[in-house]
Amino acid sequence: MSQDIKILSPSGMLGYGFPEESFQRGIAEQVHAIVVDAGSTDGGPHKLGAGVSIVSKRAVKKDLDMILRASLPRKIPVIIGSAGGSGAKPHVDWTLDIISEILQENNVQAKLAIIWADFTQDYVIGALRENKIVPLSANIPPLTESAVLETNSIVAQMGHEPIVEALAAGCDIIICGRAYDPSPFAAVGIYYGKDKGLSYHLGKILECGALCAEPGTTKDCILGTIGEDYFTVQSLNPSRTCTAISVAAHTFYEKEHPYILHGPGFTLNLQQCTFTELGSGIVRVSGSQYIAQPETYIKLEGARLIAYRTFVIAGIRDPILLSKLTDVEAIVEQQTKQYYPEINEQDYKISFYNYGMNAVLGDKEIEHFNGHEVGVMFEVVAKTQELANSICATLRSTFLHYGYEGRKSTAGNLAFPFAPSDIEFGPVYEFSVYHLMQFDGNGFPIEYRQGGK
Amino acid sequence: MAKLGDIAKILRSKNSGPFEITLDCLFDQPHLYEVVKQSGLITKEKIAKLYQIEESDIHHLVFFDQALGFKVTMAREVSSGSVGERDVYGAQQHAPLLALEVLIKEVDQ
Repeated sequence: MSQDIKILSPSGMLGYGFPEESFQRGIAEQVHAIVVDAGSTDGGPHKLGAGVSIVSKRAVKKDLDMILRASLPRKIPVIIGSAGGSGAKPHVDWTLDIISEILQENNVQAKLAIIWADFTQDYVIGALRENKIVPLSANIPPLTESAVLETNSIVAQMGHEPIVEALAAGCDIIICGRAYDPSPFAAVGIYYGKDKGLSYHLGKILECGALCAEPGTTKDCILGTIGEDYFTVQSLNPSRTCTAISVAAHTFYEKEHPYILHGPGFTLNLQQCTFTELGSGIVRVSGSQYIAQPETYIKLEGARLIAYRTFVIAGIRDPILLSKLTDVEAIVEQQTKQYYPEINEQDYKISFYNYGMNAVLGDKEIEHFNGHEVGVMFEVVAKTQELANSICATLRSTFLHYGYEGRKSTAGNLAFPFAPSDIEFGPVYEFSVYHLMQFDGNGFPIEYRQGGK
Repeated sequence: MAKLGDIAKILRSKNSGPFEITLDCLFDQPHLYEVVKQSGLITKEKIAKLYQIEESDIHHLVFFDQALGFKVTMAREVSSGSVGERDVYGAQQHAPLLALEVLIKEVDQ
């Protein structure tokens, strides 16, 4: 019987932080790998489009410093999934710079593997012409060549295969570009010959940190152990515990289906899983079923710049204005448009969000407004930043001074918290590529480097 | 009668990728889960009406017994973070479901 394989997941997101005590408890378990997810599409298309992160460099460095100071002397491989937030080249480079700083400051060396996940426009257009690309769900438009050409940064989610290869090469740190979130975790079990279904199911749980425990959080450590025909999960913080239900329920999280998961080249069926509490907060899971697909499809992600935004936040406390707020906003929008007859109305869009009234749900709001104060956020998105700024300034001054019927507060309609009131947001992106591409095996190249002095 | 928000242990919403929002409703007592499941009140028709969308915009409605919960996945009106967005993570779209009234004598006791 082969040995059990232990994986430490310090946190649900590199840069979110985790308690050092929990982490050290994990290290004391003599784990086979430390794996941490660093990316997601949750925060929207901006970070992929703009090539930036949504966690700070300071926070990522703080987390990685603690991880590497424990892993390197013990020869525990560290795997970072979807580096830098979106796993495109700028995100991977950003992560590599942080790792270099840490290695130099600690005066240590490390063997690095970098697994790139970028796909060129030419490659994607080639696949498109061969009808190898399909939308992920019915509400996603088919991909077009012009959409690809407008999308500067396209990545795809890797499976476990290149990560297993990097593990076999004996690396200290494996930095993955965009990966299917569970893949970097699954790669560890699969590298050691464990069942793929169990490896991926455990990966799906571990990638969120301690979210499968109670109370759940992404900002704490969790330990996964894979045996022959089961895996276990346990919290590494005594103030949290895993239960059969908390672990079973976790497969619901941010997935479209509670027990059918689609990954690169396979489907995971968890319907027949059993979840058993072994005591001491350890939950044992078995029955995770890996079903290989005849064709491997990988998920492509890309974001394109669609507009520039300027916005204003203001408070409204006047009850007369609040009683006719949406009507006033419609008139203010109209007057602003009338002020710029020379500008094509298709070149910009004005929107109001009335916080306290219905800003979160919009038309779906079921409660009637009966408050005494509203926070209004209004934005202009336009073809250029200059246009967004100009129209937003007119919109703001018109709203501030508009003399609505029955007004008593003739000095001004808006309470601004800031000066200046208008905030230049910059570019707005959208997911222009979110499609499945039939994968021919060409992609996710591995580059080996020696890090540190 | 009880509101779903009063008897569920977890009732949440979140993106499932940038083009879908998924609602999770989880119970901590098997009898509450069973009562809701057997009530026949959780249907695509009901959810579509609650969220003012077409039934065809609901991609999945599935109960999972081991987890004592059900999941509803629906199309987003705009993709996450694009122009017209109100909730980038889709984390506050569960509120209408909280108010859904479900039966039930067992719960009233």
